[in-house]
Amino acid sequence: MVRAEQIYKSFGHVEVLRGIDLEVAPGEVFCIVGPSGSGKSTFLRCINHLEKIDAGRLYVDGDLVGYKQRGDRLHEQRERDVCAQRRDIGMVFQRFNLFPHLSALENVMEAPIRVRKESRAVAQEQAVRLLDRVGLADRRAMYPSQLSGGQQQRVAIARALAMQPKLMLFDEPTSALDPELVGEVLDVMRGLAEEGMTMVVVTHEMGFAREVGDALVFMDEGVVVEAGKPREVLSNPRHRRTQAFLSKVL
Amino acid sequence: MATAVIAVLTAMFANMVMTNKVFNWSFMLDNMFNAPVLEGVRTTLLMTIEAMILGVGIGIVLAVMRLSPNPIVNGAAWLYVWFFRAIPRYVLLTVCGGLGIFYSTYRIGVPFGSQLASLLGLSSDLSILSLNGNQIARGFVAGLLGLALSEGAYMAEIVRAGIASVDTGQQEAASALGMSRMLTMRRIVLPQAMRIIVPPTGNETIAMLKDTSLLLAIPVTNELFFQTQAIGNRTFQIVPMLMAALLWYLALSSVLMVGQFFLEKRFARGFDQRQARLKIMQVESEHGAGAM
Ligand SMILES: Nc1ncnc2c1ncn2[C@@H]1O[C@H](COP(=O)(O)OP(=O)(O)OP(=O)(O)O)[C@@H](O)[C@H]1O
Ligand SMILES: [Mg+2]
Repeated sequence: MVRAEQIYKSFGHVEVLRGIDLEVAPGEVFCIVGPSGSGKSTFLRCINHLEKIDAGRLYVDGDLVGYKQRGDRLHEQRERDVCAQRRDIGMVFQRFNLFPHLSALENVMEAPIRVRKESRAVAQEQAVRLLDRVGLADRRAMYPSQLSGGQQQRVAIARALAMQPKLMLFDEPTSALDPELVGEVLDVMRGLAEEGMTMVVVTHEMGFAREVGDALVFMDEGVVVEAGKPREVLSNPRHRRTQAFLSKVL
Repeated sequence: MATAVIAVLTAMFANMVMTNKVFNWSFMLDNMFNAPVLEGVRTTLLMTIEAMILGVGIGIVLAVMRLSPNPIVNGAAWLYVWFFRAIPRYVLLTVCGGLGIFYSTYRIGVPFGSQLASLLGLSSDLSILSLNGNQIARGFVAGLLGLALSEGAYMAEIVRAGIASVDTGQQEAASALGMSRMLTMRRIVLPQAMRIIVPPTGNETIAMLKDTSLLLAIPVTNELFFQTQAIGNRTFQIVPMLMAALLWYLALSSVLMVGQFFLEKRFARGFDQRQARLKIMQVESEHGAGAM
């Protein structure tokens, strides 16, 4: 579903990604862990082209992200095509980023109506169903500022699902939450995983990674240091840097 | 002590104003509400509203252009703002009035139509609509053009500040959903920028009302200040008619200020009310859940 080959990315002189290789199979829950500043968010943002990569190839569902190949040259895609690609990739942010001027229901309806040109009735029906599914049937009319962090993040997941994506990206979806609210968001994600959604999850929730994850990579300083089954990597880290990191977070 | 000084000075001033023949208050009252002056008030209000609507429109377009990744689009917007902020409105309006003299007709049609036509040996100049320069550039339209162009530059800065106030996470979230840059601007960013944009736009509207008096530079003959000046000059009652203009501007500005006050209060109150209403809903639903 996602294939990354030698991804490089710099901000100015700082090399943030230094040759990332990885592959995410369809239906897989793929976890990324690593210390702060290791480039996890940056990599995730490359997958839906919120960041441009400097070198390497990134494929989602077999298609090159953000570029078109003609002959052996890469051409940057036009805005319309980038937007079309992003429609199929949902993203959930650490700080929710709900639209504060729209109610929960309107947040979920916005993209289907404006981007997929669905009718209001169809979009609303779907939005009601999605909010129901994340356990917020009674919070439809509320604005983001009236919702708890956990509720906001669940609306954000519903909003991403409304575009019927084939891949979901999660960037530390529970890091901004009070501890007692983490569970409700992880439950929704667990449900999604059980339904077979392909998910790339940057997280510090090692319990979730161990229990729900199908694959896990440990990233540090812009490279994948160690990869494998979550249970193996988390229980028996082979690399010293992984051991040091895990001893601190576990 | 200070109060006493102020009281004495005020009394002296009031005495001067009331007794000095130059003021001729009865003449002022007789002429302040006659037809040409009322027509002037109407024109001034109309000009203020139309110039502000156009100015806000131009400002939004410029602010969005300034954010464009295309350096030509961005540069053009920068140049516009620089130019129109750097010249005084009075000078700009004089130039707008003069345009009618520089060019006798303005054509709307194919660009370089007359050159193209002569090249092809046609007798037409390919224009769709031609206007007499003196008709449009003199008077109301020239004034509107000058004020709106100038206002657009100031509004561009205000809109830009409003857009900058919106968290970049909003644009990212919209992009991630597949929304285009323009759609994101229209549906997500600008609605949130409005809270920052509205209050200074109120101030701009009041400033615009006062700046319509600069239309004397064109001149716009049916505007308030021109009318009061004309009556003053014709009747040699210059001071009373100046006082009439002054009182009219005071009244109109005050009405706008009151309007602005209530508009801002309503904005704030609307927000609070929404919060309060939702708080109540929340409490009720929690109550309901507890009772079950
Ligand atoms: N837009 C940017 N401009 C400049 N530097 C950036 C930018 N975004 C990220 N960086 C830098 O890139 C590095 C990696 O950042 P990134 O956000 O990918 O790390 P992370 O692994 O997600 O960390 P965290 O766990 O704190 O979220 C950091 O040093 C950060 O300062
Ligand atoms: Mg991060």
